Amino acid sequence: MSQQEILDALGAIVQEATGIPAARVVPDASFINDLDVDSLSMVEIATMAEDKFSISIPDADLAKLKTVADVVAYIAKAGVLA
Amino acid sequence: MSSPRPPDVVVTGLGATTPLGGDMPSTWRAVLAGQSGTRLLEDEWAADLPIRLAAPAATDPATIIPAPRLRSLDRNQQFALVAAQEAWRDAGEPAVEPDRLAAVVASGIGGLVTMLDQYDVMRTRGPRRVSPFTVPMIMPNGAVAAVALELGARAGAHSPASACASGSEAIAAGRELIRSGRADVVVCGGAEAVIHPLPMAAFAAMRALSGRHDEPLAASRPFDKQRDGFVLGEGATVLVLERHDHARARGATIYATLAGAGLASDAHHIAAPDPDGAGAARAMNAALAEAGLAPTDVAHVNAHATSTPAGDVAEALAIRRTFGSHSDAIAITATKSCTGHLLGAAGALEAAITCLTLRDRTAPAIRNLDDPDDEIDLDLVRVTPRDLPQGAAALSNSFGFGGHDVALAFTEA
Repeated sequence: MSQQEILDALGAIVQEATGIPAARVVPDASFINDLDVDSLSMVEIATMAEDKFSISIPDADLAKLKTVADVVAYIAKAGVLA
Repeated sequence: MSSPRPPDVVVTGLGATTPLGGDMPSTWRAVLAGQSGTRLLEDEWAADLPIRLAAPAATDPATIIPAPRLRSLDRNQQFALVAAQEAWRDAGEPAVEPDRLAAVVASGIGGLVTMLDQYDVMRTRGPRRVSPFTVPMIMPNGAVAAVALELGARAGAHSPASACASGSEAIAAGRELIRSGRADVVVCGGAEAVIHPLPMAAFAAMRALSGRHDEPLAASRPFDKQRDGFVLGEGATVLVLERHDHARARGATIYATLAGAGLASDAHHIAAPDPDGAGAARAMNAALAEAGLAPTDVAHVNAHATSTPAGDVAEALAIRRTFGSHSDAIAITATKSCTGHLLGAAGALEAAITCLTLRDRTAPAIRNLDDPDDEIDLDLVRVTPRDLPQGAAALSNSFGFGGHDVALAFTEA
């Protein structure tokens, strides 16, 4: 799965979980500062991403994922390892 | 030194989502027309239940609240939000400082259905798939938290729990917040959403529900000889209470004055009413005393009257105990004959109906009252609504499992 495909799928997940338009889910957007995603919604996004990409995101890793690009890179790497 | 007289408290906004309609005006029209919200549940999940009658909300909140928000709210919270938004608009979105605006919204049972749903998620998909919103969705104060957040109420957010009296107790508490000087405006009411197999089975296990499956529209029949239990409803009702001078200064439309609130407890039995209606009578007397009303000032009572064999008789005795021979001159209605029993939302819904009854000077008729019980010695409004005199006072009664008794006294604006 290409980075662009991961970004598109992540955008759809964020939109479904929070109502934020997928178009705003761009690589340099910060979940907290730019997208106004709270910690509970972040957990929900992570859970949906785990299901969608068949990966596992431990809490210690989730805490380090600040931007959309962080998550895309994490998924790309985890997907390769999976 | 005598303390200053507490301010008068008036009702300036109403909002509701009920088995009869998605808003307050449609609900009031349906109550006046004597319609029933009860139906036979045909859903697969209800197939094995001993009782399959309920009164579901007429409008699904999913058609109003955006999907992401919807998933973070239990259905009772969704109903509360819809009703609060309507009540706030209806009040003209009063300009009030956030620290002078409070919210008191109650639920009898709260987010039980979310708890059951998430338990299923945990069992089938594992603990890591449990929604991170589960705790705010199941907490009993979830509805008031959602409403206070929505409206920016910062003078306090409270949720009294007294089963089927919760909605009325919320209104009594809201009135007290204004009288004590802690708020100028209070958004208050109740919300309930437990039409689900477990609560249905549990109420059925108490033999509290009507089993009139062959005639759903006739199942809820307060004060009728053939009544056999209540019909479980769902929805919410929210009232905007306001300090009288605050409402007058901004030119608000006033539905009615909330002149008094009386609270008592039976300490008799965990679920059964005191058969003498003593606690209920104490609540009614306390409401009258607080309102400065004589029993003879009261022309109308919106009875709790759930359609259970024991409860309706106990309330009738309580009304007669309170009003004596003047009971013959009081037009009694029973909203649950149309709406079913909205548990923790019922008291708020019936308080709102009582406000509209006073505004229109029209008491709705009790649906399905074909043959009044001989033990009910009251002037029951039957078949068609009845005109009320100008300047009448009215009570709205609510009682709850646990022996909670609440009576609210309203007078014309």
